[in-house]
Amino acid sequence: MKQEFIITIYSENHIGLLNRITINFTRRKINIESLTVSESAIHGVSKFTIVIKETEDRVKKVVRQLEKVVEVLKAFYHTNDEMVYQEIALYKVPTEALYESDDIENLVRKNGARILEITKEFTVIEKTGHKTETQEMFDALNQFGVLQFIRSGRVAITRDPIERLSEFLKERDDLLNQVD
Amino acid sequence: MATKRITGSQAVILSLLEEGVDTIFGYPGGAIMPIYDALYDFDKQVTHILTRHEQGAIHAAEGYAKVTGKAGVCFATSGPGATNLITGIADAMIDSIPLVCITGQVASPLLGTDAFQESDVVGISMPVTKWNYQITTADEIPGAIAKAFYLAQSGRPGPVLLDIAKDAQFQEVDYEYKKCTKIRSYIPEQPVDPFKVKEAADLIDGAKKPLLLFGQGVIIANAEEELKQFVEKTGIPAAWTLLGLSAMPTDHPLNVGMLGMHGNYGPNIKTNEADLIIAVGMRFDDRVTGKVSEYAKNAKIVHLEVDPAEIDKIIKTDVAVLGNAKKSLAMLTGNVKENRHEAWLQEFRDCDKIEQEKVIKKDTYPEKAGLTMGEAVRITSEIAKHDAVLVTDVGQQQMIASRYFKFTQSKSNVTSGGLGTMGYGVPAAMGAQLGAKGRTVCCFVGDGGFQMTIQELGTIVQNKLPVKIILLNNNFLGMVRQWQQLFFEKRYSFTELQNPDFIMIGKGFGMEGHKVTKREELEDGIQRMMDHDGPYLLEVVVEKEDNVFPMVPSGASVSDIILEA
Repeated sequence: MKQEFIITIYSENHIGLLNRITINFTRRKINIESLTVSESAIHGVSKFTIVIKETEDRVKKVVRQLEKVVEVLKAFYHTNDEMVYQEIALYKVPTEALYESDDIENLVRKNGARILEITKEFTVIEKTGHKTETQEMFDALNQFGVLQFIRSGRVAITRDPIERLSEFLKERDDLLNQVD
Repeated sequence: MATKRITGSQAVILSLLEEGVDTIFGYPGGAIMPIYDALYDFDKQVTHILTRHEQGAIHAAEGYAKVTGKAGVCFATSGPGATNLITGIADAMIDSIPLVCITGQVASPLLGTDAFQESDVVGISMPVTKWNYQITTADEIPGAIAKAFYLAQSGRPGPVLLDIAKDAQFQEVDYEYKKCTKIRSYIPEQPVDPFKVKEAADLIDGAKKPLLLFGQGVIIANAEEELKQFVEKTGIPAAWTLLGLSAMPTDHPLNVGMLGMHGNYGPNIKTNEADLIIAVGMRFDDRVTGKVSEYAKNAKIVHLEVDPAEIDKIIKTDVAVLGNAKKSLAMLTGNVKENRHEAWLQEFRDCDKIEQEKVIKKDTYPEKAGLTMGEAVRITSEIAKHDAVLVTDVGQQQMIASRYFKFTQSKSNVTSGGLGTMGYGVPAAMGAQLGAKGRTVCCFVGDGGFQMTIQELGTIVQNKLPVKIILLNNNFLGMVRQWQQLFFEKRYSFTELQNPDFIMIGKGFGMEGHKVTKREELEDGIQRMMDHDGPYLLEVVVEKEDNVFPMVPSGASVSDIILEA
């Protein structure tokens, strides 16, 4: 059965690597639902967070192929339950709508959102949360006419106490020494 | 080590020499001219083979790599030069062949401007390379070349590509070369886990009907001796995949033949009777497994494999032993009990008897009027004392040659397995001849594939490479025609060819040759080819509509193998 999985990839920060990673999905006709790349806690190591909907068997195989990419240090996959994750959404609404009633103010309060900028014409609201939550907020705000809307890719961390990469880097060094 | 100030192009050549490169296959052009200029001063240290097409260069590099175990090296210019390499790179990727390809690229300020002969070679080659990298400054060159050779040749080998911008070739660099032995993000092979070896050994000791399947991994790991010791200690029948050919002598009593769609009857049918499959350095390709859901249903699976991504990819394993086959096989031999499986082995011999009667005799000692591919292959192998390097193209002749050519030493089979690249044979044969100097190289091609890279006859003649080319001409794209006959109601859609006078074409290139159409001329013809000092083209006109059997029909189980139509 297909379900959402979060793939986390730790890699060297090299040009072209994004392409090398995504072609593994393209070739199997797997759609990437969201993708985020940033530097990890370890200097020089990038972290990819990729969300796909697939069967566990296929995810497992793709992750093994990803680990074969020379610059990839380690790849994991998790179900949504196994991770803490967030997305960020920005909404632009007409400022006039805020004058007309308290509804938008109430929505902002209720959703734990915040207002980033107010101009005469528009107001930018920010909310973080899961996709369902940011989507609900969108639907509610859209009664007043959302002028623009953008949602980020997912960021996620495991429920482990430490960044597992450091363990893996150590294991990896031991392996490399053993093979010589 | 003291550094010296040289150009990027000189650094390319010196770095290649540091890696022990003695042969380069290539084709010059604008964006790689500085490298070719540097090469001009090194004609004593390295042989450059100017092919007639970049596809010829890349397949030649593959042939060279297959017989030597070393990386094949290829030069091409930017744009079309580089794109012409792609088929061969894809071929090397799927067949795990170490290659280092160096392509020229437009000068770095022109990147992305649609400059003359610019193409995004790093982008294009990414899905078909183990690693690739674009070099835009000369000081990156030694390090990148060191990394390229390390990656191409270690772990599961594969092709790598370096795309060098023209300005980096001209730039000066303080040259110093250090071989690459380690990359933080890359583990070439896992250390063999002794617990897994023990688990595997227990399964092996307990098995009543074990069958070993071995592939090219044995050859890559130089584990031929370890394989032999393992099967001789355990008495387990062993079958080779197409790419595993020659890893064991053909006539070894425990070698039960070839797996796969056109493999031998015994190993295919017995796969589904075995209670244990020991797969060594092979990847359960669909041409080997047939219908996966019915494959080896009675067997537990032990998989010895260097690439973790191959474990459970197609067939679920019970015990996976990761690591280099040379090490894992040796450890396994140390852990298993001595054993014999006489009755089980006899079942393979019985299958062989059936196959001899129904297929092999008719193929190799035919009584009908027309010549068969099988007899040409049998006689060639016999005259070569079963000690030649076999190079095949793709199609019927490939399957027939793989079935009937015999081997006494390893690294003697050069063929395009995974990609099935027509046109591979002739250029791969010239590469193989350069890698295996002094050995006889027999190249079987069909009339279809021959015409895809026929221009390389010129390269063979210019370089006096004594390749023996046996053209098995049935005037058809034979394998496609066979499928049309069997599965498309004989609708021969675009498979018949109007062929040229091949011998005259050969002569035009300066290659000796002659044509054989009758059985009484065949043996003498082959002898004449073998005795000829230099390259030779022997055209054997064979039956137009012969088929290759046995055959596991596409999508059928290996036990549904058919012996005749």
